[in-house]
Amino acid sequence: MTESGITTNVIDKGRGMADMLINMGPQHPATHGVFRMELALDSEMIVDVTPHIGYLHRGSEKLFENEIYSQIITLFDRLDYISNFNNELGLVMAVEKLMDLEVPDRAEYIRVILCELNRIASHLVFIGTFALDMGALTPSLYNFRDREKILALFEATSGARMMHNFFRVGGIKQDVIADFPARVTTLLGELEAGIDEADKMLSLGEVFVERTRGIGVIDGDVALDWGLSGATLRASGVPYDVRIEEPYSVYDRFDFGVPVGSAGDCWDRYYLRVLEARESIKIIRQALQQMEPGPVQAKVRAIARPPKGEVYVHAENPRGDFGVYLVSEGAESPYRLKVRPPSFCNLMALRDLLIGHYIADSVVILGSLDIVLGEVDR
Amino acid sequence: MINSIKALRVSLGSMMRKKVTAEYPKEHLPIQDRYMGFPALLFDAARDEPFCTGCMVCVRYCPTQCMSAEMTDNEKFAEGDSHRKKIINTFEINLGRCILCGICVDVCNFDAIEMSHEHELGDRMRDGNRVDLPTLLKMGTKYQSETGWKQSKPNLPSPKERAVIAEAKAAKEAAEAAANPPLEAEPEATAT
Repeated sequence: MTESGITTNVIDKGRGMADMLINMGPQHPATHGVFRMELALDSEMIVDVTPHIGYLHRGSEKLFENEIYSQIITLFDRLDYISNFNNELGLVMAVEKLMDLEVPDRAEYIRVILCELNRIASHLVFIGTFALDMGALTPSLYNFRDREKILALFEATSGARMMHNFFRVGGIKQDVIADFPARVTTLLGELEAGIDEADKMLSLGEVFVERTRGIGVIDGDVALDWGLSGATLRASGVPYDVRIEEPYSVYDRFDFGVPVGSAGDCWDRYYLRVLEARESIKIIRQALQQMEPGPVQAKVRAIARPPKGEVYVHAENPRGDFGVYLVSEGAESPYRLKVRPPSFCNLMALRDLLIGHYIADSVVILGSLDIVLGEVDR
Repeated sequence: MINSIKALRVSLGSMMRKKVTAEYPKEHLPIQDRYMGFPALLFDAARDEPFCTGCMVCVRYCPTQCMSAEMTDNEKFAEGDSHRKKIINTFEINLGRCILCGICVDVCNFDAIEMSHEHELGDRMRDGNRVDLPTLLKMGTKYQSETGWKQSKPNLPSPKERAVIAEAKAAKEAAEAAANPPLEAEPEATAT
């Protein structure tokens, strides 16, 4: 009997006795951050798992309540620290909706381009680290090389590789550099080649498929019950994408597909992200064509003061459905700001996914959920 | 066998590729123009004093409270050489706390602070990354000379300059008055 009462669970579930409790994390490289799970093992089979989170808890949601909105953007950068632009978009959209602000078209297009580039960067990290979890070192090096090109473009645009603080309530901080469209076009060509290369090397490799096919299967209905979202949900055959269902920003002006899986296993979850990265490239190409010169910032007071009221906004982040619930009392800082982090909700299904698998697969399954602990713990 | 040859071909192909990494301390990757490094205070060469007046707006809006500033009366204003009534006396930034968000630059009304291209930081002491006014100005002048930074709006005239301008204006008006003497008022029509 442990502190968490894990042994009782095992007996109750009738899955046999756990003969070993093993602690994985919090500093295990395969947990992609600081995440700990207590695995109850029957020889090499996982019979129960207790996840422990909170190692990266910074009290962001409480901090929001004492900061003005422009300062909160810097905190949103640090939630999901692999897709910073997408987080910023969630916050500014919530404030804009509450203030009933019209954002200039050019700003919306630049936002979409940056967010989609960030989605590609995030998926590149996922593909690389997912392969790394299974011992394949090369894809991670190749993908990080390509991601670095995206980050260099971000640096040229916003001044920072990761913590951009670039989106503003009612627009963006400043217009993009003059050669931005040309640089993005070149970059997209390189990215396509890079994604194809990693895809060719990894996706259908015999060892890789053996390790991922039929591992960590979750049904569409169960996935919906757990509240999964993003590629993790679509891999189970549920075609749900916020960009399609409730188009925000200017996503309704683009023609793009949403890849949907069928098996709901680790391979599907992996491959959907490869396909999604390619769809993002399509979106960026269209956005570059449709973008026109113009202002990038609506007329807003220096310190945004949304009127009294509450609003819920959600957007499709690389990891899933990112929601922001904002309650304002009409002051310069929110009364309450709640974040629905997709990684946290996706992590809920971990216990269902892990039980019955071998311990070596736990790394693969956790990796396939693509969690970012900055967002899980907040 | 065929697979091993294929694999060998891939390996040989990628061996010939150009290196993308840089050995850090020896070579530095280029920094983008908009790169936001640590904040630095800019120096007004025309007035030979910092742009900063110590208005504290950056201190108030800093999300991490990493700065502190103190203003004082500007002696140059009293002498008539500067338009700034108040000037910065002490300014301290704890660079170890700074998150490079650039909010201080956004809120500054005087072109006084800018995100420099400095980004290397290391010290053995806990307080070693606290930088004072002279260091910040040194960082700022370096940034100004490296990037050709330009003031967004020209300086207001100083008291001395204002006196000169007023004098010139008065002289000009006097000259104009001398050149075109005012026409004598027409005699008013008298009622008949």
